[in-house]
Amino acid sequence: MNIFVCIKQVPDTTTRIKLRDDRNGIDESDIQWIISPHDELAIEEALRLREQQRDSTITVLSAGPERVTDSLRMALAMGADSAVQVDLPGDGDSTMNASALAAAIRRLGPADIVFTGKEAIDDGAAAVGQALAVFLDMPCVTVVNGIDYGDGVITCRRDVGGGSIEVIETPLPAVVAAQVGLNEPRYATALNIIRAKKKPVDTLTADELGVTEANRKTRLKNFELPPPKQPCRIIEGAPADQARELIRVLAEDIQVI
Amino acid sequence: MKILIIAEHKNGQLSEATRELFGLLLGQAEVHAVAAGENLEPLAGPLGQLGAAKVHLIGSPALASYTGESLGQALGQFIPQLAPDVVLAAHTPQGKDLAPRLAAALDAALATDCIQVSLAGGQVTARRPVYAGKATAEVEFTDDSLKVITVRPRTVKAPEPDAARSAEVATFAVELPAQKTALKEIIASDNARPDVSEAAIIVTGGRSLGSAENFSVIENFADSIGAAVGSSRAAVDAGYRPYRDQVGQTGKVVSPQVYIACGVSGAIQHLAGMRTSKHIVAINTDPDAPIFQLADYGIVGDLFEVVPLLAEAVKNRNGS
Repeated sequence: MNIFVCIKQVPDTTTRIKLRDDRNGIDESDIQWIISPHDELAIEEALRLREQQRDSTITVLSAGPERVTDSLRMALAMGADSAVQVDLPGDGDSTMNASALAAAIRRLGPADIVFTGKEAIDDGAAAVGQALAVFLDMPCVTVVNGIDYGDGVITCRRDVGGGSIEVIETPLPAVVAAQVGLNEPRYATALNIIRAKKKPVDTLTADELGVTEANRKTRLKNFELPPPKQPCRIIEGAPADQARELIRVLAEDIQVI
Repeated sequence: MKILIIAEHKNGQLSEATRELFGLLLGQAEVHAVAAGENLEPLAGPLGQLGAAKVHLIGSPALASYTGESLGQALGQFIPQLAPDVVLAAHTPQGKDLAPRLAAALDAALATDCIQVSLAGGQVTARRPVYAGKATAEVEFTDDSLKVITVRPRTVKAPEPDAARSAEVATFAVELPAQKTALKEIIASDNARPDVSEAAIIVTGGRSLGSAENFSVIENFADSIGAAVGSSRAAVDAGYRPYRDQVGQTGKVVSPQVYIACGVSGAIQHLAGMRTSKHIVAINTDPDAPIFQLADYGIVGDLFEVVPLLAEAVKNRNGS
């Protein structure tokens, strides 16, 4: 099978977000970049599928500037066969990123299956999977936490919230957006990380893919940090008094109970 | 300006998240609403009372159960006919799945999970959280394409229905192509409590609960105030709670009215999932726990002592 995985490089969760002076983005100088956690599930699922279907190849794609090659190398260290940087600005919107990724997959495909994460933890847009599927004219199943592989068809379990599950069957090729629970991503070994540093990461330019600024529909601007928090009001007293006071706050001050 | 609200409904009732969309600053916009599925007639009255001038019903057995493919295609046929400037949907599991499909198919701009949306003065402005709520950003629409916007539930209150208002009702017939995806089964949740992603109040426990059984302390208090039970990732990983209850980076991102964290230290991955809650309460033995930095109200104390007293205080208060 010809398996594609689309990953996004995002700031590590623990990153302290600082705004640029023009407030139209964040200061990237001290950021530790990682593969967005749901995209690691997508890579892992591709690796497991290749274990079942031995003649498969896994191509990992990431849209973004040169820095994303580090995350692509991490995907190679996990076990992907090849990696391609889709060279776009770091602030591309979902439409632009999905247009370029779809063009790359058309060029390198045909794909039998495309995995991605259900959303990236930077903008949390949860849009690229569905948009890719529209652009590639494939069906798409999102928020998937279980897959049974059949002959040219897959059966997916979708997490639709509140513990409810939808079971969706779809023919391949298809786009699948991974949710927690689908698998446990493996760690790349130190040896494989070193080996991956020497592996080639190809680049496709926006020009080659026919993507321009006109493919962009939105841009984020006027970033704001949350207002400084008022200090926490510690409720003092004996436990029963503390409890009574907190319930009074909920009932009278916040009026939620 | 013409706007279209996509109505989510179940058993003839509009979802609360859909009702809330009518509470946004819609200015002088011409408000349309669309509902798809079966037995749609009971929805037209409520949609009109909430403020829709015209309600479009797409009745079809093929749309009785949601699939992104079928509803995406149906609305993909309908929306160009109506030619709105803005399409609004709630950022619910259904809206999240659907909106990007529509935007891509209709060559539209997409802004998901918005927490401020205004159409006042004929100008569309939207703001959304980024970096798990560590910042927010305004969405600039770079051309005059159709705009598809999803709005985070609980962003605004639903307006009171106005019994004097009613909507013109129209039907729209669709012909769907053969479907690729098939919904085989829905396995309903066995959760009798509100879901964390929808609840107004969430009471969350962490690994310090020590066992699945001990979560009954959290459950009893939650039930006394009609709250959902949430869990930290550590408590899910320890097997105390199912994944559906997990709040955080890789769990649910929630913004209830009140979030009550019991014995949750406040790891950054957890804060990423509840940072935007309106009011945060922390109960923890450790006064230096990071959760107190984010909390509005705190009790430094043992949850096993304090939380049962909270349930009792609710009972006493209701009894008096």
